[in-house]
Amino acid sequence: MDSSSDRSLVVWLAVTVLVAICVVFAKNLGPLVIYPDALVLPVTDPMNTAMRWFVVTFGWFFKAISWLLDWPILLAKSLLHAVPWAAWFVLWIYLALRAGGRGLAIFTAISLMYMVTFGFWSQSMNSFALVVVSIPMAVALGFALGTWGFLSDRAYRIIMPILDLMQTVPAFAYLLPILLLFGFGTTVGLVASILFAFPPMVRNTIVGLRGVPDEVIESGLMSGATPSQLFWRVRVPTAQRQILLGVNQTTMASLSMVIIASIIGGTNDIGWEVLSTMRKAQFGESLLAGIVIALMAMVLDRITWGFAVQSSPTKRGAAGWIICAVLFGAAWLLALLFPPFKDWPEAWVLNPAPAMNAGLEWIFVEFRTVLEAIKRAALFYLMLPIKIGLSQAVSPFTWGFAMTPAVTTGYSLIVAAVAAYFSFKGKLLPALWVILFALVLYSGLTGLAWVALSAVIVALAWQAGGKNLALWALAGVAFLLLTGIWEPSVISLYLCGVGVLLSFIFGSAIGTWASENDTVSRMVRPVIDTLQTMPLFVILIPFVMVFKIGEFTALLAIIVYAIVPAIRYTEHGLRNLPHDVIEAATAIGTTPRQLLWQVKLPLAVPSIMLGLNQTIMFGISMLVITALVGTDDLGQQIYIGLGDGDFGVGMTAGIGMAIIAMIADRITQGFSQQIQARLGVKLNESL
Amino acid sequence: MTASSPTSTPKLSCKHVWKLYGKGADQHLRNIDVAGQGAAEARDLAQSIRDEGGIVASTDVSFDVLPGEIFVIMGLSGSGKSTIVRCLSRLVEPTAGEILLDGEDLLKVSSKELIDIRRHKMGMVFQSFGLMPHLNVLENVAFPLKLQGLGDKERLERAKRVISLVGLEGRESSFPSQLSGGQQQRVGIARSLAVEPEVWFLDEPFSALDPLIRRQMQDEFLRLQQELHKSIVFITHDFLEALRIADRMAIMKDGAVVQIGRPVDLILNPVDDYVREFTKDVPWELILTAGDVASGNAPPAGIKEVPASTNVADLLPYLASHDSGVAVRKDDTLVHMTSQNVIAALASGVSDASAVKD
Repeated sequence: MDSSSDRSLVVWLAVTVLVAICVVFAKNLGPLVIYPDALVLPVTDPMNTAMRWFVVTFGWFFKAISWLLDWPILLAKSLLHAVPWAAWFVLWIYLALRAGGRGLAIFTAISLMYMVTFGFWSQSMNSFALVVVSIPMAVALGFALGTWGFLSDRAYRIIMPILDLMQTVPAFAYLLPILLLFGFGTTVGLVASILFAFPPMVRNTIVGLRGVPDEVIESGLMSGATPSQLFWRVRVPTAQRQILLGVNQTTMASLSMVIIASIIGGTNDIGWEVLSTMRKAQFGESLLAGIVIALMAMVLDRITWGFAVQSSPTKRGAAGWIICAVLFGAAWLLALLFPPFKDWPEAWVLNPAPAMNAGLEWIFVEFRTVLEAIKRAALFYLMLPIKIGLSQAVSPFTWGFAMTPAVTTGYSLIVAAVAAYFSFKGKLLPALWVILFALVLYSGLTGLAWVALSAVIVALAWQAGGKNLALWALAGVAFLLLTGIWEPSVISLYLCGVGVLLSFIFGSAIGTWASENDTVSRMVRPVIDTLQTMPLFVILIPFVMVFKIGEFTALLAIIVYAIVPAIRYTEHGLRNLPHDVIEAATAIGTTPRQLLWQVKLPLAVPSIMLGLNQTIMFGISMLVITALVGTDDLGQQIYIGLGDGDFGVGMTAGIGMAIIAMIADRITQGFSQQIQARLGVKLNESL
Repeated sequence: MTASSPTSTPKLSCKHVWKLYGKGADQHLRNIDVAGQGAAEARDLAQSIRDEGGIVASTDVSFDVLPGEIFVIMGLSGSGKSTIVRCLSRLVEPTAGEILLDGEDLLKVSSKELIDIRRHKMGMVFQSFGLMPHLNVLENVAFPLKLQGLGDKERLERAKRVISLVGLEGRESSFPSQLSGGQQQRVGIARSLAVEPEVWFLDEPFSALDPLIRRQMQDEFLRLQQELHKSIVFITHDFLEALRIADRMAIMKDGAVVQIGRPVDLILNPVDDYVREFTKDVPWELILTAGDVASGNAPPAGIKEVPASTNVADLLPYLASHDSGVAVRKDDTLVHMTSQNVIAALASGVSDASAVKD
């Protein structure tokens, strides 16, 4: 055994002993178990004071920007409303036809008809106005910064960490400072949407410009290109595809932020429609409006994607546009003659919501026992043990017996036996991890002493990324403790942890199945594609309908969203292994099962690890949104901060969330890189 | 094959060009007169720079390209041939030396003048074609003209002319992704010719193509050159390709030129084992001409007379049945050639003669 594994053995032994002491003597250790309030730094008040000063001093500046930005929004809104829907219909279908052919055109037509006939046209246009204004600004900003980062290495080194940070800060947290600086109004949504949407544009611009082949550059130079000709006529057009993919991602981010921004209210848009009906428990209405958002997202995604991946612009004729313009005019004329083509009459609006609500009611009544049983089972046998520990969760009412000293002894013996088995086989480190896991499960995450939990986190960081990462993790943990948000952070850790664990288990299982079976793959693909384009809080709606508010609903939403990357990366990793290795293994005579377990899975581990990393990131972004259904984690703190305009509370919670995300990100990346180095492979991270 | 006599002034001259990479690359040659040192000194200097951790891509490279000549630079991968052709057009900035085009040092011109020179005097063809993926064939070929700001009419007219020159009529509106490798390289060739360059650089233009296509493209290249008479620098790693097309060629190794000469000089008089190694697999009878192998003696009267440029392969059947041989007309004199001369010439290329001894 080499010295580095000796060292990790010592570290984990120390951590295990520390955790054991904390669990056994939980009642005697006082301030080491529950972080004393006296040691919390009063940061929120100074932050609020500083922010107030800032707003008073520079408020005029932001108010001026706000006033300026109001104009394009107003213009977009009046334009979108002034032109009859029938005319927009023509334009959109033509765009869809060009971007993705007949299939996409039909899908677009159905989506638009849905918006019109269900009476959501006007609200949809209000949301869309913000998207329309925000996209060009985000794209321009992102392209400019991306170009700068491409041209200057120093700029690159400044830009990239900031982008990393911005992408880990939860979307909610963006809203708060913007709200305070710009005041209530549609501008908040616009500014938040621009800030949230420009980073992918920067990344794609840099990647695209860097990816232009040397020979293309050289042939440009030999054609006698001046520096500016080289940039605009050689680099940019050659990188066009990647840059357009950036536009696609920016569009999606912009839409999702516009929807999230509805949370601050005051706008008659589609996000607000979903939210306000959800709050009134009108789930039918909420779902109908949610579907509009999902359709908008899918149509925008497919159209921008379609334009991005068109390999060669073969059909460039202006004829299509002329026909489109003529039909556009004709549709407008038609609307002037027949008003329903402009304003869909109230009486014609389909409203199945009451029927849906009644149906839902019927389901509740009929399946009450089943639903309750599912919820209770998950709560008692999975969530509570992890949250408050076996010591608290096991009771005669739930498990049928109490955690008597005899049962505790039995539990300890089983754990000891498993650990002994591992150490007998020479696997000392796994033996320690079994004991550690058992200890944590016994006391639960919230019951575990802060000293113990911090030690585990720092040790994990050390194992994954050495001393540097351990120091960063220590600083992060210190921030959570000192600012007094430790408890909600632990709840976040628990909710996200359980969600990620389940997503990862199910997701990698499904991904593995899909990699072995083309039919499964074909069925899974559209589902995960759809889930990924869906704005986050639409995903909440069906679960909140069936299971009402609470942690279980939050957990389901997290799982459904976070399962996407777990499936995707596992399947991708298993399907893209080197052919020669698979052929060699097959030639040796492996059975399909042996091939999967002994060749494919070990080789796909780096990709699967990246999937885990993304699963965590997806889980965290959903977690913040689930504050809407009444969790009491950091997301809720952000939400409260937003509601009360309390900058200090909201911001510390937002930073806390970002810290958790970053530590989790670096730890999983670190492990993935270690495995990659061992296997001698290099992964392309983007998928 | 040589189009001009050796005394004519070179079109393009590469004099003592060095290219160093790595940390402190500019420092090594700071106080050294690269033009003043001999070949051995240069070799030692390169070695000492390498010992200090520097990367030497070109070591004291010198050669001339005569007007209308095909000059081939041949070398294996890593020999520095791609670096040197990029130095000639300043796509890569040489660390030291001179590049003279029509007597003017390219390394001294401003970037504006350089752009102008590239626009009007140089054309280049790349191994992986370097086509603009977003432009169709016609636009790709017209691209250099567009950068010059030429009007639509003249631009398209000239582009169409070179497209027909390379045999791509009818494919004008295709995009690069819709073309085969051979067709893509025709576009690359057409584009490099569109500006009617005086100097034409080809960097392994046919290496990415299938063997049959490669052969066909070489033939077309030679046909084009017979029409156009450009001064050409052609890079290849394929010795046989070099032999087929070169008027003169240079062999490079580790960034330095090992030998320069006509193909036949290299075959008959390789300077070292490295060059000889390449000549091993060469079907000599296809390269050698009667003039190359004939003896210095006057022929006996009354035997058949052939021109000096006759391929040895074509004479073999005749020589096999006529011991008296042929008379070879070299310029104004006649010299004697028998099967014995052919055997002697072939024997000079056999390095291991141990199989049968006297």
